[in-house]
Amino acid sequence: MKKEIIFRMKSPYRDEFRIHGYRFGEGEKTVAIVGAMRGDEVQQQFICSQIVKNMIVLEKQGKITPGQEILVIPSANHFSMNIDKRFWAMDNTDINRMFPGYDKGETTQRIAAAIFENVRGYRFGIQLASFYLPGRFVPHVSIMETGFQNVKLARKFGLPYVLLRKPKSYDTAVLNYNWQIFETDAFSLYSGETNIIDKDSAKVTWLAVLRFLNNVGAIHFSMHEGFISHVMKDKDLVTIVSDEAGILFQLRDTGEGIKKGDLLAKILDPFTGETRSEISSPTDGTIFFSLHSPLVHQDTIMFKISKI
Amino acid sequence: MLKTIISEGLPIDEQLLIRKQTLQNGKGKKRICIVTGIHGDELEGQYVCYELIRRLKANIGNLDATVDVYPALNPLGVDSVIRGIPTFDLDMNRIFPGETKGHQIEYTAYRIVEDLKGADMVIDIHASNVFLREMPQARINAKMADKLIPFAAMLNLDFIWVHDAATVLESTLAHSLNVKHTPTIVVEMGIGMRITRKYGDRLVDGILNLMDKLRMLKNYTPPRITQPIVSSSGEVCFLNAEASGLIIPTVKHSDKVQKGDLLCRIVDPFEGTVLQDVLSPVDGLLFTLRTYPVVYEGSLIARIFSETGGGGDRNAKIRKNKNELQF
Repeated sequence: MKKEIIFRMKSPYRDEFRIHGYRFGEGEKTVAIVGAMRGDEVQQQFICSQIVKNMIVLEKQGKITPGQEILVIPSANHFSMNIDKRFWAMDNTDINRMFPGYDKGETTQRIAAAIFENVRGYRFGIQLASFYLPGRFVPHVSIMETGFQNVKLARKFGLPYVLLRKPKSYDTAVLNYNWQIFETDAFSLYSGETNIIDKDSAKVTWLAVLRFLNNVGAIHFSMHEGFISHVMKDKDLVTIVSDEAGILFQLRDTGEGIKKGDLLAKILDPFTGETRSEISSPTDGTIFFSLHSPLVHQDTIMFKISKI
Repeated sequence: MLKTIISEGLPIDEQLLIRKQTLQNGKGKKRICIVTGIHGDELEGQYVCYELIRRLKANIGNLDATVDVYPALNPLGVDSVIRGIPTFDLDMNRIFPGETKGHQIEYTAYRIVEDLKGADMVIDIHASNVFLREMPQARINAKMADKLIPFAAMLNLDFIWVHDAATVLESTLAHSLNVKHTPTIVVEMGIGMRITRKYGDRLVDGILNLMDKLRMLKNYTPPRITQPIVSSSGEVCFLNAEASGLIIPTVKHSDKVQKGDLLCRIVDPFEGTVLQDVLSPVDGLLFTLRTYPVVYEGSLIARIFSETGGGGDRNAKIRKNKNELQF
């Protein structure tokens, strides 16, 4: 393993900002893995640390395939994570809206440019991603339908679901999209949590990454094959939106199988505790996403249900 | 008449209220909308709303149209000095045209677009951010330039910046309305968290002038209106910090600068040393200037409009419209 600094920048008052890369093996650029790009992506940081830990062991055991290079960048925004901010510490811009970056542009454009310069050209790119709302997903692989997506490869993670989604306008500036445009097969892994560490879902995710590395021949060792992934599009998910605001009293959680009509949550009056609304499932299926917040706004997504 | 266009439940007791003041008089069918407060730290538009409504009410007989004024599209942000949306932590001007099955604020964005759609003109007023001061200017997507420049030129602004059609900007309110055939002009002026009354008065004069030209006013004599410079007659140069430190400015906002002029120094307050002399790479008009003193490498320091174009690269870096715009 070679630890290297892929970007450094002096701060006016803080310690120097450094982005570290952990490089395993030598030769063909095979897999690049990027962890936390936002300051609240603690789960993503943790998963990357476990990937690095496992890779160090695998390297010592000689289980990295000769001629294959794997790069892991666990954290690209610890200046924000260290001060409990989500976006860039100074100007609140989002590094994952700046790709492919620009090395003479604004600060976060320069950071994105440095990351992209290091991760472009790999055959496969994996980003540990987070959702914009507080909540928990079933761990899954998400790929954007750019015309370059490769579903067959996405199944090699062995996660229960592969989600195909149509890019939105802002997606043109995210890492995953730019990876695909520059001919890297790119995958976003959603690992359940964001700003807290959930060891179980984290382990599912780092094992999925190792399984992928194994399945594409970057490493070689025996491990469980995982799931035969169900592939679906975002429009296949049934979204349940709150019809009231109040205290969210959740009864069912992510990953649970449910029947049509099952009570999933109640929204309570914050003064009297009376039930304002009962949220029932409109379909049989599995809870794919659930909002994790003690309070809920009106007209806000609460659940996404997979019919499988 | 004050109208509530959106009332959405917040968790404890309160409603998220988006309100507009509607002034209507005469038989004219045209409608102009003045919107502001998408970013909670941009307040220049608040004075414009006040002054425009005050003048129109005082001369309501001159009005022959409908004027809708929306002072705060992000009322929680304006009220709590937060640029983005409290609880949502995203830039509201990156979620348009909104959606019906997302977060409450995405639904709100959808409803805002529905309310504005069909207007004859929308003016979306921004006030930069807390870092940069801006000369009164319109910002127009190159794809909409032919259609919107003639109207923007009526707004009593100094500058019209026709910028490239960045895909990211497709999620702005202005783009979302323009593609729905509702002409929308973005105005940037002043600086975040402050009100520059002189700029506000000028823009109100400009809005009334535009309304007069659109035949929304009767018996109105507009004041003399500034003819803006249009960016297509030259180029916009960006200057970014090449060192992290403290800025000591040596020029003022809106100055005309010469190639080689010292714009500012970036200094190290620990060592008492100069880290970078930032020199103007061109002759031109300093229409954006950083006022927040602390910079990182890459922080935007200034934008200069040059009619003669780039004249070489000294210490500062020149680029043409490559940075993402922040409105």
